[in-house]
Amino acid sequence: MKIVVQNLYKIFKKNYAVKNLNLTIEKNKTLGLLGPNGCGKTTSIGMMLGLIKPTSGKIIIDDIDVESTHRNLLLSRMNFASPYVELPKKLTVRENLEIYSRLYGLKKLKSRIEEISEDLNLTKFLEKKTGELSSGQKNRVSLAKSLINKPELLFLDEPTASLDPDIGDFIRSYLEKYKKNNSITILLASHNMNEVERLSDSVIMMREGEVIDKGTCKDLIKRHGRNNLEETFLKLARGAKSAVA
Amino acid sequence: MQWHKIYGLSLRHIYLIRGSFPRILDLIYWPSIQVFLWGFISKFFTISSSYYNNTIGVILTAAILYDFLFRSSISYNMMFLEEIWSRNFTNLFISPIKIKEIIAALTLTAILRTLIGLIPAALIAIPLFKVSIFVIGFPLIFLLIALYIFGVTLGLLVTAGLIRFGPSFENIAWASLFFLAPLGCIYYPIEILPNWLQILAKILPLVHIFEEMRNILINNVVNLSEIIKAISISFIYFLIGVSIFYWSYYGARVRGTLINMGE
Repeated sequence: MKIVVQNLYKIFKKNYAVKNLNLTIEKNKTLGLLGPNGCGKTTSIGMMLGLIKPTSGKIIIDDIDVESTHRNLLLSRMNFASPYVELPKKLTVRENLEIYSRLYGLKKLKSRIEEISEDLNLTKFLEKKTGELSSGQKNRVSLAKSLINKPELLFLDEPTASLDPDIGDFIRSYLEKYKKNNSITILLASHNMNEVERLSDSVIMMREGEVIDKGTCKDLIKRHGRNNLEETFLKLARGAKSAVA
Repeated sequence: MQWHKIYGLSLRHIYLIRGSFPRILDLIYWPSIQVFLWGFISKFFTISSSYYNNTIGVILTAAILYDFLFRSSISYNMMFLEEIWSRNFTNLFISPIKIKEIIAALTLTAILRTLIGLIPAALIAIPLFKVSIFVIGFPLIFLLIALYIFGVTLGLLVTAGLIRFGPSFENIAWASLFFLAPLGCIYYPIEILPNWLQILAKILPLVHIFEEMRNILINNVVNLSEIIKAISISFIYFLIGVSIFYWSYYGARVRGTLINMGE
């Protein structure tokens, strides 16, 4: 799926949460969305998911306006994962995946649950209550839910936040492999610069609701004369004006 | 409407109830306590009151029916609150389920929770107090339908408040029914209310439901027009409730409260 965002604004009580956001994510590409806390990343994702109504501007996904009445057609081809959004803790992993399989209208839900559980090493936890899992296991369940409908567009909001390096690496490796084997466009909001460098084809840096720079990771590092993306992020987040912005 | 989605969301709540014995116990416990409490009160009234002396069980039947209304409303609210408490709200609203399908799923599942409470309570009353709500006969189904529609409507209104104002609106969920109870004329005839309050009470379906219940139990007469009136008024409120729910949802999208809503 291709996303085109044009002149997007969101104002909450006279404060700009997102200011004139313009971006395009081509089909099967991954865009990293970077920026300090409160810079408008989650609000931008919320608008693209149709959860937040933009103050003005347009979000077009595969030629369908997210604000149109056809939003449900898009939602069945999209999904979202975030450690800040959980699944019902009192239900087992299998029950949660079954419910979301049904909500996404899957036909062969049993085999899909088995498949995604095997891929993410969840098979032995399927009958366990989701609330009884460790944060790493919960994170994988959340990722399994976000991939249950084989989305063509995936929004990931800090998918490896608060995970130990081993599980974080497992998730990143899995996403790399998944991208290679499936047709999927990803918007990745993250504070983990290694993750963004590994997974993204290009990145956008935001600050105070505005895009302050964009390009490939290599371009950004080079343009700002830094050694890596983390140093570039720090420079931009702390206020240096971009060449592009 | 896509039934597999409605079924999927209903299943979420069925699994929740099925997987927790304390939850089932909780659903049965409160209606049963109501039966004990009002059973003894009504027993005392039937002995001491000339109004009730030939109609054993009017108060207890009213208590059971009122509890049915209360449970249907609370069930609706609880299911929505479960989504907020479990921080599952965003997942639900980004799945391709329509608002009308969410309303349908919650409405259909609330009946299950309500009946889990009502049936044991209604059955306990028979051996313990020799009172059966089933003596109302066939009209009981229509009275329950009217009560259920109105209960769900109250649930919808509170849920709309939760979407509009966030989890802080939770306390209103518990208080909403107590606010209407005095006007509902559940345990007393409408004539008890002052004239100006009678006008207000008549625009609620509760008065028509409970007046008709007393009419059937005391006079052995079924007034079909009262039952139709009760169902119609409940349905009008239901449509208003659905509209307010949609309006709140729209408002929540403008304010951005649908994302990351949780405890």
